[in-house]
Amino acid sequence: MAAPRIAIVGGGLAGLMAAIKVAEAGVAVDLFSIVPVKRSHSVCAQGGINGAVNVKGENDSPEIHFFDTCRGGDFLANQPPAKGMCYAAPGIIYLFDRMGVTFNRTAEGLLDFRRFGGTLHHRTAFAGATTGQQLLYALDEQVRRHEAAGLVTKYEGWEFVGAVKDAEGRCVGLTALDLRTMKAKAFKADAVMLATGGPGLLFGQSTNSLINSGSAAAAAYMDGAHYGNGEFIQVHPTAIPGADKLRLMSESARGEGGRVWVPRRQGDNRAPRQIPEAERFYFLEEKYPKYRNLVPRDVASREIHNVCVNLGLGVDGKMCVYLDLTHIPRATLKKKLEGILEIYEKFTGDDPCDEPMKIFPAVHYSMGGLWVDYERTADGFIDLGSPKNHMSNIPGLYALGEAEYQYHGANRLGANSLLSCVYAGQIGGPAAVLYAQNQAKAGSETPSSVYEAAEAHWTNRFAELARRDGPENPYKIHEELGRTMLENVTIVRENKKLEQTNAKIQELTERWKKASVLDNGQWANAPLSFLNQLENMLHLSRVVTLGALARDESRGAHYKPDFPDRDDEKWLKTTVAEFTPEGPKFRYDPVDVSLCKPVARKYD
Amino acid sequence: MPRQNIELRIRRQDSPTGPSRWEEFVLPWQPSMNVISCLMEIRKNPVTKQGQKTTPVNWESSCLEEVCGACTMLVNGKPRQSCTALVDNMPDGPITLEPLTKFPVVRDLQVDRKPMFEALKIVKAWVPIDGTYDLGPGPKLSQAEQETSYAFSRCMTCGCCMEVCPQYNTRSDFIGPAPLAQVRLFNAHPTGRMNAHERLDAIMGRGGLVDCGNAQNCVEACPKEIPLTEALGELGKQTTVYWLKNLLNK
Repeated sequence: MAAPRIAIVGGGLAGLMAAIKVAEAGVAVDLFSIVPVKRSHSVCAQGGINGAVNVKGENDSPEIHFFDTCRGGDFLANQPPAKGMCYAAPGIIYLFDRMGVTFNRTAEGLLDFRRFGGTLHHRTAFAGATTGQQLLYALDEQVRRHEAAGLVTKYEGWEFVGAVKDAEGRCVGLTALDLRTMKAKAFKADAVMLATGGPGLLFGQSTNSLINSGSAAAAAYMDGAHYGNGEFIQVHPTAIPGADKLRLMSESARGEGGRVWVPRRQGDNRAPRQIPEAERFYFLEEKYPKYRNLVPRDVASREIHNVCVNLGLGVDGKMCVYLDLTHIPRATLKKKLEGILEIYEKFTGDDPCDEPMKIFPAVHYSMGGLWVDYERTADGFIDLGSPKNHMSNIPGLYALGEAEYQYHGANRLGANSLLSCVYAGQIGGPAAVLYAQNQAKAGSETPSSVYEAAEAHWTNRFAELARRDGPENPYKIHEELGRTMLENVTIVRENKKLEQTNAKIQELTERWKKASVLDNGQWANAPLSFLNQLENMLHLSRVVTLGALARDESRGAHYKPDFPDRDDEKWLKTTVAEFTPEGPKFRYDPVDVSLCKPVARKYD
Repeated sequence: MPRQNIELRIRRQDSPTGPSRWEEFVLPWQPSMNVISCLMEIRKNPVTKQGQKTTPVNWESSCLEEVCGACTMLVNGKPRQSCTALVDNMPDGPITLEPLTKFPVVRDLQVDRKPMFEALKIVKAWVPIDGTYDLGPGPKLSQAEQETSYAFSRCMTCGCCMEVCPQYNTRSDFIGPAPLAQVRLFNAHPTGRMNAHERLDAIMGRGGLVDCGNAQNCVEACPKEIPLTEALGELGKQTTVYWLKNLLNK
């Protein structure tokens, strides 16, 4: 049997961590990414990474971290993976420390930790307010080391377009599009791992990078991979608007003492600093005296919606509130939040050390993603000797990071995303190696006709798309998709509007067929790639919308005023969507809640 | 008073070896526009100022908040990230967009910055850890050391410093300021320091530190205000001491 090769798609934290783990096992990696991996979306994570290292003498522990994570997710996550992640977290932070990440330090020179949402402990390690960038760079450096040693081969500027399956339905490779020559090529692999990030672009503008179309995960879904909990989309309470994207203002601003407020009086248009303390409505602090400004994101976003829409108290009459740091010394802010202060000032012209920031909620993260499996031990941990961990329902196809659904249930806690990406890479990489090494017939021994057929299929598909010259502009279709998703499938969901959204998506899908490719060139043709992605995005949008329509309850980020309560009896279930040409077919799986009993979710 | 229309002049080039040409576009002004949102508007209606149909402009971008480095280009002749290039902050008159000149053009405003990533391999810009299994915490670091290192670790390989460096060009082997600053970063780390000599060896030959002409343009151009010239000065000291040590040991 030839030495196995593993293909990893995506070069963010999850993909790079998996690449390192596979390379450490001595197995060759082909690493695909649409951008140079150092420019992946993980760089946008700001506030930090959670791990119960307990440096502040608060008796924090991985068990409390695990409880906070389950409760933060409104008990929808299968508990063994979440438990495994929380117990591995301190070791993960130490690993990055050894790689040279410039984490902020205590006076003694130890790692410093700060508060984040949904917990009462200082549990978040951070490097200024650019923690994701710093962690990604550390992994990028380690991968470069393996690349220099010959174990990792990078395909940067290549886009995953579909899985290659053999006659038994195993994933034995992938087809990727070279974004310069615009040629599709099939690659052999003994296992394929998708670490392709979230689908923020479904909502038009979000805090996500422009590369986060969700197209790769959607392509896998259309290839037969199941998609879990798609309706759970996190809206972050604090971002600033722009004409091109919405920029995140990290939760760490509140972790360091930032306060959210609006003027008590409707239409009070005095400058914020002219409004006396008694005339300010610190609505999160009043309603949630225990967690104050650090309630989980779904709770904070709903409260902002309530204050701005239902009470009409939004700043300038908009969906806008103040995030106030002006009471914190400038030197402290510079040390701990520099990255975001800089960005706020560059984009708005105001200095947040002097002026309260004007902030808005924005789509931020998908808890849902490709369905993946795990193997649990009797005591509720993950069995690290199993090839099942992070494998989708397609044998040999794995999913990691935001592209999968596993850790965060109905709502993710801040600073748990970097952790879940890294943990997924740490356990998913070795699982894929185990799988690849224990197949009776290696994936790479698949007849070459299988790859030729895949390559021909995609070559024809792109040739057909390249001839499209209809009246519709794909970027305008995307804009309309974003607008309707944003209006109807975010903080507040109503069944009637979800039905209308579903109809709208189908209308857009029809119009997509009449869209022009805009560019007949054969070189670096971005609209051609986008036209293909857009169809995938339309399919995935229906998974999100119809999943939301079906779920008649409120849980975590999914909130229906007509069904305001959590309904464990009916809906403590994982939503699993299966692709059919007519639309997603849903099934509902039980959730493993054997380790941490669901309780009422209260933060006051 | 915001302007009513935005005019753009964009240098277009269909392929790495093809000729370049200028195209002009006019867009209606909207609030909080930046260069990226202008390019997005153009692709929704790719028609020039003269009313001619054209193709959407090709450019590279990802995070749009100045942490990924992708969208670097020449905006009105200066290298910078185009995401933070806000239209309302620009002087009157057309906004010109051109690709960086020190890297090969892929298409239009997109260039190939692979040489920068290759240089990171040459200088061994990493901490050579034993493995990724759990070996406990790393070395302690003072707050002051952390702050100094953090400044260097924010380099997003955007290429602004390379673009303005007179020594970095096709006629020279100079690897440029960005990878050199990474040597400064890793040689300061308590573990990275153990292999400092390997990085110094890498920058003491052709194309290394001595090729820096001390023009100091790099530090001016860096969008993250990384103290590049301080790094180069510090490396000058480190290489001199290392050279003397080698000489005495002979």
